[in-house]
Amino acid sequence: MLKIDNLHAAVDGKAILNGLNLEVKDGEVHAIMGPNGSGKSTLAQVLAGRDTFQVTGGAVDWDGTDLLALPAEERARAGLFLAFQYPVEIPGVSNAYFLKAAVNAIRRHRGLPEYDAMDFLSRVKAEMKAVGMREEFLYRSVNEGFSGGEKKRNEVLQMALLEPKLAVLDETDSGLDIDALRIVAEGVNRLRSPERSMIVITHYQRLLDYIVPDQVHVLSHGRIVRSGGRELALELEEHGYGWIDAGAKAAPATGATGG
Amino acid sequence: MNAIDTWVARHRERAATLPGAAVPWLATRRHDAIERFAALGWPTSRLEAWRHTSLAFLEQHELAAPEAAPHPATTLAALRTGFDDGDHWLVFVDGRAEPALSVMAAVPAGVTICALSEALAHRPEAVETAFGTARDAAAPHALNLALCSDGAFVHLARGTALEHPLHLVFIGATGAADTHVRNLIVAEAGSEASIVEHHLGGGATLGTVVTRVQAAQDARVTHVKLQRQDERAIHLAQIEASQARGAHVASHSLSFGARLARNDIHTRFDGEGCEALLNGLYHVDGRRHVDHHTLIEHAHPLGTSREHYRGLVDGNARGVFAGRIIVAQDAQRTDAIQRCDNLLLSKLAEADARPELEIYADDVKCAHGATVGQIDEDALFYLRTRGVDETHARQLLTYAFAAEVIERIAQDSLRRHARATLLARLPGSALLEELL
Repeated sequence: MLKIDNLHAAVDGKAILNGLNLEVKDGEVHAIMGPNGSGKSTLAQVLAGRDTFQVTGGAVDWDGTDLLALPAEERARAGLFLAFQYPVEIPGVSNAYFLKAAVNAIRRHRGLPEYDAMDFLSRVKAEMKAVGMREEFLYRSVNEGFSGGEKKRNEVLQMALLEPKLAVLDETDSGLDIDALRIVAEGVNRLRSPERSMIVITHYQRLLDYIVPDQVHVLSHGRIVRSGGRELALELEEHGYGWIDAGAKAAPATGATGG
Repeated sequence: MNAIDTWVARHRERAATLPGAAVPWLATRRHDAIERFAALGWPTSRLEAWRHTSLAFLEQHELAAPEAAPHPATTLAALRTGFDDGDHWLVFVDGRAEPALSVMAAVPAGVTICALSEALAHRPEAVETAFGTARDAAAPHALNLALCSDGAFVHLARGTALEHPLHLVFIGATGAADTHVRNLIVAEAGSEASIVEHHLGGGATLGTVVTRVQAAQDARVTHVKLQRQDERAIHLAQIEASQARGAHVASHSLSFGARLARNDIHTRFDGEGCEALLNGLYHVDGRRHVDHHTLIEHAHPLGTSREHYRGLVDGNARGVFAGRIIVAQDAQRTDAIQRCDNLLLSKLAEADARPELEIYADDVKCAHGATVGQIDEDALFYLRTRGVDETHARQLLTYAFAAEVIERIAQDSLRRHARATLLARLPGSALLEELL
């Protein structure tokens, strides 16, 4: 279980997360919605271990481990996965090389035998087929020249290969047309399991038509100001985010109760 | 006696024993060359072309042959692994041909490959034009002409093709503190060859190398220079190419060794529709210094040039790149791209990259750019979120940055060799290799 307690974070001295509370139990899918600038992506980056953000207060407990004390790579090896809003292009590193480096780093950590080239290829090709990626993407540089949709599929492919315990999807739906969205969502749904939790960060309700969350939280000014079921997302869809800001100012946030 | 006089004295002492001593035109040129060298002296930073690489220190620099060196046969055996049996090997030890170590596979009729000393002994007229003169030469290249003790002579008759690469191996052993080699490559119309220079060896030596390439109409010449001498050597090199109509010249300069390495690379399009690729990579660490000075002269229309240089600069080292492209008024529809990108791997490392375009034609497509930067933090974080530790991620990104240059080497065995040489220089090579 992931338990975020009163998390504060800043970048260049500017506070972005201001006392965020959230609990995600094993197997649950939580959606985090909120207007631009509410701190959604900061939350994702802080959870993944980006050190350009300073954690200025609070704690994150993950199955008894102090998550914030671990460097990014150890979080990944322990089973945390971040699907990037803007996947990074790495010229000169082939996708195949990258995927194999990642998969084997994590398998080594878990005490599993590393894949040899043949086993790895057959595994990766099967997963690529499932997310609708052509084989040529294996031999191209990581994300270089990929379209928005191709980048996002590549993220879902990595998630499938790395088999995380906790996946954080940062606006995986942004920039996708409806077909790409459906494929990406299918990829995510296929990975839902009682052992795997997910935090799905999105600006739009649309993604939640395909990935049905157990809980929806609304983030505003770095705090969760409303939590509820799916109907909360529909409410946001109908009324926009304006009422959230108005409400948040009128009454202090009560924080999320989690699951 | 000042240091310049020492070199003049060396010329006097050696003149009688240098190859071609009895060839009148050569004796004259060598004489003119040493005079030019003596008049110019070592270039200092007052000269624009040597602004970042003054050689004034050579006035007082003690040269010494290495005290010990592996047997050249051992060095050669290690080098040959990984290359095809059909490759040709012309070996030079301390600046002189070593026929006992050279391995020449059968070459097609019309292809001549021999030591320059041999050509000068038997057919000096065959090399007279290609040899060049010291007129307009920079001091180190004039010194080379005055003192060159050997080198390779390659002549490809019209339409001939050398299927396997020719390797010119220059090994510094314990016999010389200074070496001067000159390679002449004459590719007649429609001929084709790949020629690789390997520069190896140690000691506080001074080596000059001049390689002259004449590519006639539609000839294709690929030249690879792999410089990995140890860290006390001074290496001063020039590649001078001329291209007739439709000729294609590719130069790959991989500069990994030496205390100071300077490469002057120049090609000139003397006809329409020429193509040139100037591709280079340098990796410098410690207190080492490497400088590439390139010039591409688009003197005729429809020429295409691509220039890609990358540098990995570590420690207190310095990497210098100055590239110039001149597009003459007549050279319409020239297509030129020039880039130099540097990765600084330490706080004290320094890189100077100066791309220059001089365009006198009005219908051209030219682009240039240069960068000096650090490893991309976003890419580093991305790799770390995939479980790759920071050290390995840095190594991977460093390798990937440099490998893009190596991937432009078309010939498989040469590309593999260059890749392995680069990997062996970088930390973490075991992990990287496993994944390649």
